[in-house]
Amino acid sequence: MILRAEGVRMFYGDFCALDGVSLAVNAGEFVSIIGPNGAGKSTLINVLTGALRPSAGTIRFKERDISGIGPVRLARLGMARSFQLVQIFPDLTVLETLQVAVVSRLNRGSRLFGGLSRDREVQEGALAIAELFGLAGKAHTPSKHLPQGDKKLLDVASAFGLYPEIILLDEPTSGVSTRDKHAIMEILVSASRQLGIKSIIQVEHDMDIVFGYSDRIIALHQGRVLAGGTPDEIKANEEVVNTVVGRRTVTPDGGG
Amino acid sequence: MLGVAAAAVLALPLAAPVYHVLLMLPFMAYAVILLGLNLLFGYTGLVSFGHALFMGIGAYTGAVLTTHFGVRSLELILLTAAALGALVAAPVGALCVRYVKIYFSMLTLAFGMLFYTFLLKFYRLTGGDEGIRVLRPSLLGFDLEALAKIDYLAGPYYYYSLGVLALAALVMWRIVHSAFGLCLRSIRDNPAKAEALGISIARYRWYAFVISAVYAAAGGALLGPPTGNVDPTLAYWTHSGNIVFMTLLGGFASFFGPVLGAFVFIFLQDTVMSVVPYWRLVFGALLAFLVIFAPGGLMGLFAGRRPGEVSRV
Repeated sequence: MILRAEGVRMFYGDFCALDGVSLAVNAGEFVSIIGPNGAGKSTLINVLTGALRPSAGTIRFKERDISGIGPVRLARLGMARSFQLVQIFPDLTVLETLQVAVVSRLNRGSRLFGGLSRDREVQEGALAIAELFGLAGKAHTPSKHLPQGDKKLLDVASAFGLYPEIILLDEPTSGVSTRDKHAIMEILVSASRQLGIKSIIQVEHDMDIVFGYSDRIIALHQGRVLAGGTPDEIKANEEVVNTVVGRRTVTPDGGG
Repeated sequence: MLGVAAAAVLALPLAAPVYHVLLMLPFMAYAVILLGLNLLFGYTGLVSFGHALFMGIGAYTGAVLTTHFGVRSLELILLTAAALGALVAAPVGALCVRYVKIYFSMLTLAFGMLFYTFLLKFYRLTGGDEGIRVLRPSLLGFDLEALAKIDYLAGPYYYYSLGVLALAALVMWRIVHSAFGLCLRSIRDNPAKAEALGISIARYRWYAFVISAVYAAAGGALLGPPTGNVDPTLAYWTHSGNIVFMTLLGGFASFFGPVLGAFVFIFLQDTVMSVVPYWRLVFGALLAFLVIFAPGGLMGLFAGRRPGEVSRV
């Protein structure tokens, strides 16, 4: 057990976004969280990553309470995330972006005078990630000039550069053409294997991706866990198919 | 390019009229100040309208030390100014960096105004609106009282300022090319993403603020000796505005842009003032032109592109 949420409730005023969600993620698992718009997926991600403190319930990562601890300490503890809306550093190159992650991982940000270009550990660490994600050819391209798919990939790659134990991906393939989606997922899975990342949790709307890559799926509906199980179990669950899976074919994209 | 500039600056006192050599003194002081300001402005994305506070601290340090304490060593003055700049910037910065954009700028402005009022009202220490004299500092242990003022300023003091500027530029070059410098740029570009990668934005912004204050104080200490007097206008908010103007004029997206901005500002101001008394009118029009047509400043014109940062500041 690497991550465990118990009885998590989240209120925004009178509105109950999460109504007693409990879930556990084991080391080595690829878990997808699915659900219709407004099911509470984004809130759940924000609670699981310590960005929001839940109104009730606990979040434990490696047996440690991480409710509302914020992104910086979370990254130090070994959990990384990527964003639904792609987040890049527009004026940094691909390599520089990855160097930020490596500098953070090696805790070298307070080195005021050491030339970064001569820090071989940082240089090689960043290049290794670039190669893993097929971005080495664009190492010196400013991030803002990358095509959308590569921006998405870079966002995820920089999170991988932290060598986290667990990574939360908020719609890793949203806004990317169908052709690129599977390529991104293949890169993601093989990279996490090579870097020794134990678990991946993703929020995803594309059911092909969800069924194709998940070990386990958790379906969320109106702030509650509707069902959890293997892809086959979820496909066989009529309630989930009706409320979540079926509806996706009608509205293929959007926020959660 | 840099080599040619360095050679020109080294040879200037030998070839140029004394008048222009003396104009180089405030330029070099401002160049030091702007190298620091741009760590905050260009590299961290925070616009301070309160750095006159730190220039004032530096300038008054030199005045108080030479007139009240009999300290004449410029090395000691510079180190004390830098230390006092850091001491004041630590708490002020810790508060200011919790805010961004206009709120950060306004808060720095507020602290600048506080210090200005302090200088004006604490007459016994600061001399009020008349200010205090700055006695001629000794350089590297050499007492240069025997020289005529012009010879002192256009000779030893010129090269001393140039040495300080070169050292300041070298240290700042290393800072912006370090792991720390990269973290600052990541914060400037996207604070939320930087935090997600484990970069503590408040901490690094605070470092940048304190470093820029140290530079402003050291540069401020160099401003005093050429005029031989310091007064509260050094700490007035329009002085903060002037250095922001210089930064925009030269271009904040480039390391040497602000230095070029200081140079053009000083010499253009001198030229315009000799022709018409309304130099602020001319500079106001120039500022408007810059923001609209050349947001990348002079360096941006040379590079032939508009920097993407502009819309964000």
